[in-house]
Amino acid sequence: MHLDHQVTDPERHTHSAPATRADGSRRALRIGLGGPVGSGKTATVAALCRALRDRLSLAVVTNDIYTSEDAAFLLREAVLPPERISAVETGACPHTAIRDDISANLEAVEDLEEAVGPLDLVLVESGGDNLTATFSQGLIDAQIFVIDVAGGDDIPRKGGPGVSTADLLVINKTDLAPYVGSDLEGMARDAKAQRGELPVIFQSLRSEAGVGPVADWAREQLAAWTGGAAPAA
Amino acid sequence: MSGSAALLVLADGRFPAGGHAHSGGAEGAVKAGRLRGAGDLEHFCRGRLHTAGLTAAGLAAAAAAGHDPLALDEAADARTPSPALRRTARRLGRQMMRAARATWPSPALDELAAARPKGAHQPVVLGLAARSAGLTPLDAAYAAAYENISGPATAVVRLLSLDPFDATAVLARLAPETEQVAQTAARAADGPVEALPAASAPLLDLVAESHATWPVRLFAS
Ligand SMILES: Nc1nc2c(ncn2[C@@H]2O[C@H](COP(=O)(O)OP(=O)(O)OP(=O)(O)O)[C@@H](O)[C@H]2O)c(=O)[nH]1
Ligand SMILES: [Mg+2]
Repeated sequence: MHLDHQVTDPERHTHSAPATRADGSRRALRIGLGGPVGSGKTATVAALCRALRDRLSLAVVTNDIYTSEDAAFLLREAVLPPERISAVETGACPHTAIRDDISANLEAVEDLEEAVGPLDLVLVESGGDNLTATFSQGLIDAQIFVIDVAGGDDIPRKGGPGVSTADLLVINKTDLAPYVGSDLEGMARDAKAQRGELPVIFQSLRSEAGVGPVADWAREQLAAWTGGAAPAA
Repeated sequence: MSGSAALLVLADGRFPAGGHAHSGGAEGAVKAGRLRGAGDLEHFCRGRLHTAGLTAAGLAAAAAAGHDPLALDEAADARTPSPALRRTARRLGRQMMRAARATWPSPALDELAAARPKGAHQPVVLGLAARSAGLTPLDAAYAAAYENISGPATAVVRLLSLDPFDATAVLARLAPETEQVAQTAARAADGPVEALPAASAPLLDLVAESHATWPVRLFAS
């Protein structure tokens, strides 16, 4: 059982990621996005950037497994200027880079802040990995676990650290449910059983609502982090 | 004071200082067809140990012995002809610095971090970390020499799906030579910085330069 869901607790302080900058101001909120290969992490990051970039100062760190495809995609889509996107290499072990040895990611975040800061929000995308891959609290303040309906509707039932402890579970590609025969109500029930009160958002980036609900959640996290009101949409 | 337990902490492959993302040139050697199995791995590691490994161990031992870290950092630059490997050494040095300041904080580490915010050469930081941990120059040389071969061995297990028992047996077979290299390095650390080992492996330097330009690779170096 994960004992620290209040990861945006303003009092939280670790050696690796103190909550304040050297000058005493509050550093950028760091949100991690993890989940299996192809579930829609990069697409969600791109959509979040489009939804939030007008009001917030953003940057993205990607963790590709053996290419810089995710960073290249974000650059191609021009969701942010290139100097706000940084790619970390993970030596074939994406979970190591976000959990067991976070030093390269911490450096990427700090370099972004130094180069283009002050930043409000840094999104850190993990390389696609298995259901046990979660971010270290030394690296991020809140984490989103992204799964999709096409990867098997039994994934919420199987649980695991990502599904059961992430601050937000996103069940993506709901538009595909009819084609792959996924039982969305069953997934919602299983997720509830695994997660209790922790939030779950069903998302289709192909639909009208798109990333809207996840963007709202991110704004709430940021409001709690900075201790002020949520920035207007 | 005996620092053996601290040495185990420092030399542990899971010490969170970024090494897991680097292959020590093994990925390039695999791609070039020069490293195909456990036998090749032993040759590769032996070559590395007596060249790049000895040089790194000398720098680490000298830092642990109390030589000026900035002078050692310059000496490391002079001993690293490949720009790609200099970048790698500094990146890993910065990561080692973060881990070292969290584990064995000391004013000497703080000073070097302030003087080289983008990272000093990794062996220098490793040696200073060893000093902060109360370890000897010989301990630091052991850590540097061992890491020089354990990194590629782990990487090759991933790159070639090599039997992990075979890879670890290679490291065990190289243990006596690793000991010799560490002792040579520690003795050199008694002398001036200019006289520290300066062995290098041209093929490792060349492969590092081309590896750095690959668009698709598993390891950062
Ligand atoms: N139909 C549909 N496709 C989606 C949705 N979200 C993402 N996709 C598509 O799913 C594919 C994979 O999306 P990515 O965002 O690259 O997935 P990822 O999780 O970043 O993948 P890795 O980084 O490789 O692990 C792409 O072709 C996306 O366009 C969605 O809501 N509906
Ligand atoms: Mg991706």
